[in-house]
Amino acid sequence: MDLSLELTEKIDKLIPRYPDKRSATLPLCHLIQEEKGYLSKESVEWIAAKLDLQPMQVWEVVTFYPMYRREPIGKVHVKVCRTLSCALRGSYKTCEKLEQALGCKRGETSHDGKFTIEFVECIADCGYAPVVQVDDKLYEKVTPDGKTDELIEKIKRMAEGESVDETPEGVKHPAFMG
Amino acid sequence: MAIKERRIVYKHVDEEGYSNDIDCYIKNGGYEVQKKAFEAKPEDLRQEVLNSGLRGRGGAGFPTGMKWKFLDFKSGKPIYLVCNADESEPGTYKDRQLLYQDPHQLIEGMMISAFAIGAKQSFIYIRGEFINGARILEAAIEEARAKNLVGDNILGSDYSCDLIVHRGAGAYICGEETGLIESLEGKRGYPRIKPPYFPAALGLYMCPTIVNNVETLCQVKHIIDMGGEEFSKIGVKGDSGTHIMGVSGLVQKPGYFEIEAGACTFGELLYDGCGGPLPGRKFKAVIPGGLSMKILKWGERFKGKHPNTGEDFDWGVEDIPLDSISMGLCGTALSTGGAIIMDDSVDMLEAMANINAFYAHESCGQCTPCREGSLWMNKLSTRMTSGHGREQDVPLLLDIADQIAGRTICAHGEAAAWPVQSAVPKFKDEYLDKIKKQANGERYNPAGFPLI
Ligand SMILES: Cc1cc2nc3c(=O)[nH]c(=O)nc-3n(C[C@H](O)[C@H](O)[C@H](O)COP(=O)(O)O)c2cc1C
Ligand code: SF4
Ligand code: FES
Repeated sequence: MDLSLELTEKIDKLIPRYPDKRSATLPLCHLIQEEKGYLSKESVEWIAAKLDLQPMQVWEVVTFYPMYRREPIGKVHVKVCRTLSCALRGSYKTCEKLEQALGCKRGETSHDGKFTIEFVECIADCGYAPVVQVDDKLYEKVTPDGKTDELIEKIKRMAEGESVDETPEGVKHPAFMG
Repeated sequence: MAIKERRIVYKHVDEEGYSNDIDCYIKNGGYEVQKKAFEAKPEDLRQEVLNSGLRGRGGAGFPTGMKWKFLDFKSGKPIYLVCNADESEPGTYKDRQLLYQDPHQLIEGMMISAFAIGAKQSFIYIRGEFINGARILEAAIEEARAKNLVGDNILGSDYSCDLIVHRGAGAYICGEETGLIESLEGKRGYPRIKPPYFPAALGLYMCPTIVNNVETLCQVKHIIDMGGEEFSKIGVKGDSGTHIMGVSGLVQKPGYFEIEAGACTFGELLYDGCGGPLPGRKFKAVIPGGLSMKILKWGERFKGKHPNTGEDFDWGVEDIPLDSISMGLCGTALSTGGAIIMDDSVDMLEAMANINAFYAHESCGQCTPCREGSLWMNKLSTRMTSGHGREQDVPLLLDIADQIAGRTICAHGEAAAWPVQSAVPKFKDEYLDKIKKQANGERYNPAGFPLI
C-alpha cells in the first residue's frame, strides 16, 4: 500500500512508544483514515501486518468505533450534535435544514459527493448548543434560524476548496471570549 | 447579581491574554509545584492527596487518595497512569476548557501524580472528536519535554516517564475506565468485570493502573501546592475542593462556573450565574451532573436531616447546595457537574426519548439487560412520542429500567436506567396525559423544539 513518506515515518516512530504494539491499532486507523479518507480492506490488512495481528483483530476495532468508516465520504463532513442539550436548543431543526440545503439525509452522502451529514451524539460543548462540527472545526450556537443559513454558505464554500474561518475550535474562539 | 466563583483549576480559563504555550504557563508560576514535588518522597505526596479528601471528578466521585492507596505496589509489574479525557458524558464540557486552554496545568498535574505513584508510563486518552485538543496537547508535551519536565530523567532526577496522547474514536463507553483500558490496548472498548479487574491491580496490560479524570489530575497540582490539609478546608465535609458546574439547556446564559463545594445553591447557579429561565418560561426539570444522573423536578421537596450539620432541611431544587453530599441527599448526584436544564416548553416524553436513544446507541452490547433493555426502552419511548403509546407502556418502561440497573458489567446499565427510573414516577401524569391526548389526535406541548 502506498502511503506518504511523512506518514510512514510518523507510524514507525509511534509504534515503539507503546509498551505493546497492539495499542497502536486505534492511532494507525486514525492516521490512515486521515490520509486515505476511509479504511479499506487493504488498509486494514496493512495495519494488521504492521502490528503482527490478524486482520480480524483490526476489523473488530474498525467496526466498533463510530469514527472509523469503511467507505469514502463527501468532501465536507458535517456532524450535527443530536443529544439533549443541543436538541433543547434546536439541533433537530438545524439538522433538517442542513439536510435540505446540502441535498443529503443524515448518515448519507450527497449525490455530487460534496457533503456527508451525520447526526452524532454529544461532542462535549453543550453550553454552546446547538453545535456542528465541520471537518476539524466546531461551530457553536448554530440555531435553526439565520445561524444555520450562514453555516450552510460556509460549508458550500468549503466544498469548493475555499478555506474559511482560520481559527480552530478552542482557544481564540470567539465563544470563549465571553 | 453575579455568582461567587472560586477559581482554582479554572484560574486562567478565558483569561484575557492567557495562551496555552509553555512560556505563558511558566510566566504564571507554572511547573514550580512539580519542581517542589520532585524533591519530596512519593509516599508523602500520596499522603497529601489522601489528606485533601479530593474526590474524583470523572463521575463516580471516588476519593482519589484512596484509589491510589489501592494500587498494587508489590506486584513488581510496571504501574501506569492514564488520564481520562474522554469527556463523553452528555451535558459535560468542563474538561474541554482545561485541555484547550491550559494543557500545561494538566501535564504538570500528571507528572506530579505519575511521580507520586511511580508510574512507568502515562497516557492521556482523549476523545476522538477533540482533534485540535490532541494537537494542542502533543505540542505542549513536546514543549515540556524540551524543558526536561516530561520524558527521561525528569528535572535531573532518576525518574523517567513518557506521556502519550491517545485518541479515542467516538465511543461513549470508552469513558468507562475499564472500557478505556481495553481501547488503549487496541481492542473494542468492552468494559471488564470488577472484581477481579480493578484497574489498581489488573489494569492496562494486566498491570496496576490509575485512571483519573482531567479535572482530578489538575487538582492534584493545587493539592501539592497548598498541602492536603489546607485543600481539605475548601468545601464541605466529605466533599472538598471546588466543582466546575457547566450549565447547558434552557437558561438565558449557559456557561461554566468553578464554585467552592457547597458555597452556593442550585438556584443561585441558575438565576445569578445563568440569568434564569428564558423570557416567559418557567423551569420544569434539571439533570444535575451529566445525562446519566437522576432527574429532579422543579417544585418537588426534599426533607431530612443533614449529616454534616445535624440540622433538618426542607429544600426545593433551587435550595440544594452544590456539593456531592447534599445532592446525594436528594436522590441524585453532582457527578460531572454538567447540569442540563429544561423548562415548561419541554415535552418530557420527547426528552426521555432523546435520552433513551443515546443509551441505545452507546451500549457496547456485552450484557443482555443493557443491550436489549436500552434498545427496548428506546423503542417504547419513541413510540410514545409518535402517537402510538399505550397506557400500559408507562409501567412497562419502568419495569425494563428496573431490570437493567445492578445486573450489568459496567455502570452504563445504571446510566441507562436512572433517567427512566427517576423521570417516569415524577412525570407520570404527563406520560398518561400525553398518551390520552395523542390518542384523541391532539398535539402535545408544541412550544419547544422537537427533541426526537
Ligand atoms: C458509561 C460511563 C462513562 C464514563 N465516562 C467518563 C468520561 O467521559 N470521563 C471521565 O473522566 N470519566 C468517565 N467515567 C468514569 C470512569 O469510569 C472513572 O470512574 C473515572 O475516569 C475515574 O476518574 P476519577 O476518579 O478522577 O473521577 C464514565 C463511567 C461510565 C460508567
Ligand atoms: S453495561 Fe452495557 S455498556 Fe456496560 S458492559 Fe454491559 S452492555 Fe456494555
Ligand atoms: S449535547 Fe450537544 S455537545 Fe453535548
